[in-house]
Amino acid sequence: MRLAAFDEMLPEVSGLRRPYSAYDRWLKEQDPARLTEKMQDAERVFRKTGITFAVYGEQEASERLIPFDIVPRIISGNEWRRLTQGIEQRVQALNAFLDDIYHRQEILRAGRVPRDLIAKNEAFLPEMIGVRPPAGVYTHIIGVDIVRISEDEFYVLEDNARTPSGVSYMLENRETMMQLFPELFQKIKVRPVENYPQLLRQSLAAVRPQGTKGAPTIAVLTPGSFNSAYFEHAFLADQMGVQLVEGQDLRVVDGHVAMRTTEGYKQIDVLYRRVDDSFLDPLTFRPDSALGIPGIMDVYRAGNITIANAPGTGIADDKAIYSYMPEIVEFYTGRKAILGNIPTWRCSEPDSLKYVLEHIDELVIKEVHGSGGYGMLVGPAATKKECQDFAKKLQAKPSNYIAQPTLALSTCPILTDKGLAPRHVDLRPYVLVSDRIQIVPGGLTRVALKEGSLVVNSSQGGGTKDTWVLDD
Amino acid sequence: MLLGRTANGLYWMNRYIERAENMARLVDAGLRMALTRTQSASEEWNSVLLSAGSDAAFTQKYSDYSAANVADFLLRDTSNPSSTMSSIETARNNARMVRTALTRETWESINEAWMALKRMLARPIDERDLPNVLDAIKRETALIRGSFYGTMLRNEIFDFSQLGTYVERADNTARILDVKYYVLLPSISWVGSSLDNYQWESILRSVSAHRSYRWVYDADYKPTNIADYLILNVRMPRSLTFCYRFLAEHLKFLGDDYGERHACHATAEKTQTMLRAGSIKDIFDAGLHEFLAGFIRDNTRLGDEIAQDYRFY
Repeated sequence: MRLAAFDEMLPEVSGLRRPYSAYDRWLKEQDPARLTEKMQDAERVFRKTGITFAVYGEQEASERLIPFDIVPRIISGNEWRRLTQGIEQRVQALNAFLDDIYHRQEILRAGRVPRDLIAKNEAFLPEMIGVRPPAGVYTHIIGVDIVRISEDEFYVLEDNARTPSGVSYMLENRETMMQLFPELFQKIKVRPVENYPQLLRQSLAAVRPQGTKGAPTIAVLTPGSFNSAYFEHAFLADQMGVQLVEGQDLRVVDGHVAMRTTEGYKQIDVLYRRVDDSFLDPLTFRPDSALGIPGIMDVYRAGNITIANAPGTGIADDKAIYSYMPEIVEFYTGRKAILGNIPTWRCSEPDSLKYVLEHIDELVIKEVHGSGGYGMLVGPAATKKECQDFAKKLQAKPSNYIAQPTLALSTCPILTDKGLAPRHVDLRPYVLVSDRIQIVPGGLTRVALKEGSLVVNSSQGGGTKDTWVLDD
Repeated sequence: MLLGRTANGLYWMNRYIERAENMARLVDAGLRMALTRTQSASEEWNSVLLSAGSDAAFTQKYSDYSAANVADFLLRDTSNPSSTMSSIETARNNARMVRTALTRETWESINEAWMALKRMLARPIDERDLPNVLDAIKRETALIRGSFYGTMLRNEIFDFSQLGTYVERADNTARILDVKYYVLLPSISWVGSSLDNYQWESILRSVSAHRSYRWVYDADYKPTNIADYLILNVRMPRSLTFCYRFLAEHLKFLGDDYGERHACHATAEKTQTMLRAGSIKDIFDAGLHEFLAGFIRDNTRLGDEIAQDYRFY
């Protein structure tokens, strides 16, 4: 499948785009052999420092590197300003939506979002009804996935409002680029991303429970060293200078969550958890969870701990809710959404289902609750048999799926054996919410390394690039 | 402030690094014996396995004490939890778990040792390569030790790491002596036959002390001197006394830092006092084997007490 896509560096029509001009000049002066060498250096650095991730279901390669491409993805200052306005608006709406859904549910009364969609949704936690998190913030850390179609068209692909991952790659990619090509950063003014851990720490400290005395104690909760994103959990804890804890380290002591230290139990005020809702508290959610802390939900309801992100935020980034985001943004901010949504067919609706089945070979079909690129069908890239099989799954449980047109995601060149070659990319900027909204200038650019592929997920053979926002 | 689980990870990370190296040292000593004395080679390999605490597991798998079998079992067999490969893997898993407590240099040296050994031990070792493999294991663990000592802050993280190193090392030295205690007994060794000489050298070699012994004692091997060196010498880095000097010191640091003494402090100090006051004659008079068995028991108890007193679990 070949889609005529917009290339962010070298669009076919207009030639080299402005944001890339300084980089292009530098690139033309480089010896290709040296660049290949640098590419290998980068891989060595990643392997040595252990920046690996685990792929589920692959025993042999239990620790793999996410491939890194040395050609940066470059965004101009102007483009970035536009994006951040759209993202801020969206993030405000997401938090307002969550507060509303767990309290007065005005958006449901107004009939803008169907009641069933909430009530019957697994991501909706009845335990959160009437609970107001410290500082009123629900999603403290958000990764908004954005795709680009043309010079001026940006769309939000997904709002990751639960526990978005990948920020450590944003930081390590920059670190690696600065090690490999220090001269580039002298020539080109790129806005820094390095202070993300400090911002995250300040942001978490700002939403501490009201009764916290003195500086809050913050910890990162990980499922453990066998989790696929463990590297990132350790990395963030380390960079923030806070403890990296597991469920087995924690228990409820005197109405607070406390961690077992060599000197006894010490109270925790803010928990940045990288454990899913359902594993958080075996007394409230999955009783078989060994990853959580029995009783933490009681502490939370009493206002004695901040959990970031709040339990139940998944209802805001659910793929079925996604299609209502334009209405949601308008309902809470009073303005049209600056960043558009990709047109989405909800297969739960008979008309849509009919359309989707008829056009299955043109559409991308996703599971409502899926993530990581698992369980999806890219129609144009699938065989006839794959389409037929998927259609059966679709008919068996329509409400489990949504469909979107196959978009020609923009491309950005990667370095291959035969020189530069365009590959499809997306962008995940990271947003921090406390008493303010902060967006680090940059993000994670994921790139589909296979020629023509539109799936950028690292679990499906995607790679990453350093993302530059120019200080221009 | 340190999590109990992190202290546990640091402790075991260092025990396993120490163990990975000790296995190489034991195989090295066995190899030397087997090369110089073909007749009783299988006996020698049997005592190597006993010192490694792996004899029972080995005999379940093999019927024949050949160099190739023993080296394979002690160095690369991942079904043997104490083999060099298993040890380095366990050490790395612990290091991964406590990564935020380690300097970048320390973590990278462990990760690189794991990568190098995994590659090297992926296939059965050719007999001709065995010396190279043993050298490489010692080199990798030396690099870990170097980056650890060179870059780690001397705080509680360092203390718990050192406790792991010295508890493991004391256990290892005591076991090596206990397996061979009979060749050190006066009744049979007073004569100093050439067989005894080999045995004695083998003991010293398994703790990498065959050269330094000569700097401290006479050029001739004497069983009482060997025992004295491995048990009571304060400057010999693998002696029991040396290990307990540091165990007591690091426990004291922790006690002072936290302002609290525990059962482990008393246990370590008791052993240290006993070693300091003792003479090698007293130990032989009371029975070398009984002494070593008691020491191993107390050392194990110290490990358990440390885990309990500092809330490892």
